[in-house]
Amino acid sequence: MARIGVFICHCGENISATVDVEKVARLAGKLSGVAYSVDYKYMCSDPGQTLIVDAIKEHKLTGIVVGACSPRMHEGTFRKAAEKAGINPYFCEMANIREHCSWVHPKSDETTQKALDIVRTMVEKVKNDTALYPIKVPITKTALVIGGGIAGIQAALDIANAGHQVIMVEKTPSIGGHMSQLSETFPTLDCSQCILTPRMVEVAQHPNITLHTFAEVENVTGFIGNFDVNIRLKAKSVDFSKCTGCGSCWQKCPSKKIPDEFNAGMSFRTAIYTPFPQAVPNKPVIDRANCTWFTKCGKCGICAKICPTGAIDYTIQDEIINVKVGAIVTATGFDIKHSDFFPEYGYGKHPDIIDGLQFERLASASGPTGGEIRRPSDGKVPETVVFLACAGSRDKAKGIEYCSKICCMYTAKHAMLYKHKNHHGKAHVFYMDIRSAGKSYEEFVRRAIEEDDVNYIRGRVSKIYEKNGKLMVVGVDTLLNAKPVTIEADMVVLATAVVANEDAESVAQKLHISYDKHKFFAEAHPKLKPVETNTAGITLAGACQSAKDIPETVAQASAAAAKTIILFSGSELTREPVVATVNRSAAPVFTTCTGCFLCQEVCPYQAIEREEIRDRAGNLLMNAAKVNAGLCQGCGTCVAMCRNKSIDLQGFSNQQMLSEVMGLLNKPFE
Amino acid sequence: MAETFEPKIVAFVCNWCTYAGADLAGTSRTKYATNVRIIRFPCTGRIDFMLLIKAFQNGADGIIVSGCHPNDCHYTSGNFHARRRWMVFKSMLDFIGFPTERITFSWVSAAEGKKWAELVNETTDSVRALGPFTEYKNLDFSQFNQIDHEGIAEQSR
Repeated sequence: MARIGVFICHCGENISATVDVEKVARLAGKLSGVAYSVDYKYMCSDPGQTLIVDAIKEHKLTGIVVGACSPRMHEGTFRKAAEKAGINPYFCEMANIREHCSWVHPKSDETTQKALDIVRTMVEKVKNDTALYPIKVPITKTALVIGGGIAGIQAALDIANAGHQVIMVEKTPSIGGHMSQLSETFPTLDCSQCILTPRMVEVAQHPNITLHTFAEVENVTGFIGNFDVNIRLKAKSVDFSKCTGCGSCWQKCPSKKIPDEFNAGMSFRTAIYTPFPQAVPNKPVIDRANCTWFTKCGKCGICAKICPTGAIDYTIQDEIINVKVGAIVTATGFDIKHSDFFPEYGYGKHPDIIDGLQFERLASASGPTGGEIRRPSDGKVPETVVFLACAGSRDKAKGIEYCSKICCMYTAKHAMLYKHKNHHGKAHVFYMDIRSAGKSYEEFVRRAIEEDDVNYIRGRVSKIYEKNGKLMVVGVDTLLNAKPVTIEADMVVLATAVVANEDAESVAQKLHISYDKHKFFAEAHPKLKPVETNTAGITLAGACQSAKDIPETVAQASAAAAKTIILFSGSELTREPVVATVNRSAAPVFTTCTGCFLCQEVCPYQAIEREEIRDRAGNLLMNAAKVNAGLCQGCGTCVAMCRNKSIDLQGFSNQQMLSEVMGLLNKPFE
Repeated sequence: MAETFEPKIVAFVCNWCTYAGADLAGTSRTKYATNVRIIRFPCTGRIDFMLLIKAFQNGADGIIVSGCHPNDCHYTSGNFHARRRWMVFKSMLDFIGFPTERITFSWVSAAEGKKWAELVNETTDSVRALGPFTEYKNLDFSQFNQIDHEGIAEQSR
């Protein structure tokens, strides 16, 4: 027989001002199963909690209902009090008579009646509560970092420096990411590679970091603390244990006309290549799609002949390795919108209309022009350069409503770099708004305008066409009564929109994390959980979550690392026991589950497993569903789906929900 | 009738969006009709629609089902399952002649306290206009309990 205690809180006057709390407590005391009922000014206060603990002990209560605020507020507080008094904390339920009643209704009999109804509902629920125990899950203290850009590098170093093992997977032949392509960084004009390459080397040399370049995550199973990951090590065709990185091979490679990804397609590389001089690891791989040996059935083979250590091996195959990790940091980065997206701007058709990343390479000392800004078509120094901010961003018609965030700043930087290298050149910037919120950012833009004499024109460009060897940029100056402006330019730089990586969707599906309509990965909460994902144990770092600049990326990467280190700080993981269970009973019934596995179809977490039930002789009797409590997040979609109610959700069981409905409508379910 | 009819509305809401939205209505002191009673589920995907029928059977006049907006589900896809299940369930209820206008399916996010208040007020007004739900209660359920086992056995032979 249930002995339930009801504790009605006044919350100062927050509840008692509109609800007759004494009446609620008095009438609640008459409900079936209620052994004790009381009201008090502040239940959450120390004396309030002592009152509850004492009442539980004195009246031998089996469960309690606290009529007070929202369970989001103080459920934890009162569950602790229940535990202190010696009953299972999951026999404590909150009746939300503040947020859902006293605060939203005037003082009246109806409001008091509603409060009583809410209390009665929870009394009925408590009667059907069961003792639950937190779930303990062991943790593998190794982290997987996907992506070797600045976000991945920062996260990996932080986790490794905390003393945990890190496995880093990078899909290209070198770590460094987009940051290694940049010339200088705003707002300080630090050389990007100068600040990045020491970090890259640190990753490669760190005793706690295992680096897999030219590798991709194949699939991920498991759950927080216990992920099982298959990594595909793509065939490099070079035995790294023998290669010394001397570079003889790529100097002699005859396939020299392959667009260089690192230089954003503005120069050529060979088929066997290291992406850039400071690459980490600084050892080449063969791009099989463009190598004569692979495309023309074994012809060529020059690199193998020339290699002094015999490291070239054309027979190497892709290899899949399996690793066990406890947490995953996703730092897969971004891309920028390319070519045919802007037919009106002629981007991709005219060689002197380039994107921001190409300009970075032009301005970089390690770039195709050695840092001199020369236009791609004829190598001349452009006398007039037009920069277009918001090329694609904040444009609903193009399907990209969001602000790419970094373009205002890097366009100011580009215009500045151009002016610093060509003092007599003219730099024009077309912009919609200048968004320079950030430390020293506004000052940086003002510096471009005031000190470096960059001409900022507020307005958009409608088209760009070629005339007499010049690029005619037709726009409008909205600050001059919408006067049309035409500028004869030698080169145009489009600050094209930051977009998610092409393979973002497949990465998200492998990791079972959600993503928004632009394929950026979704954080668990936009304000309070900005680095976690909805899949416990997987965090986000950098521009794979949304467009962001380097300081923000580094901050988020350290935050993701901190979350991972917190997870690794204990030996076991404690989880709320709100998980689904499939019923089991003694032979010959075993379970009422018929093995239809509809639950498996609807589970967003792959938490439903197939269990084979066998007799003593080992004959298969039936297949039944089984919930992996480590994976289950407790949504209960399987419960509503189950055709014969064999699966139930702890804490929100069928019996509890039904008794709530019955209790609410004043027909206690017996 | 001297007294206006006050309907009983039961709201089946998810913990993460609509329940939090209703909490927000509370913290912002947004006033709304007292007729609604909330039942908290972890997710709309958890809601077994037979519970709606149970609620009607036991005296509810109107029902609100509300969860996270599409793509905002805390559990990724529970609300999509709820929506799909509701579409099927609704067409079945329509087929048997159940007044589905008494059930309001909506999305209220944790930030939409005001929308929650409006939803409750609108639903209360529309259900009040429909009047008390008596059809189900008037049914004689006792006849369903007397299963004609012999007759069934006869037929199956």
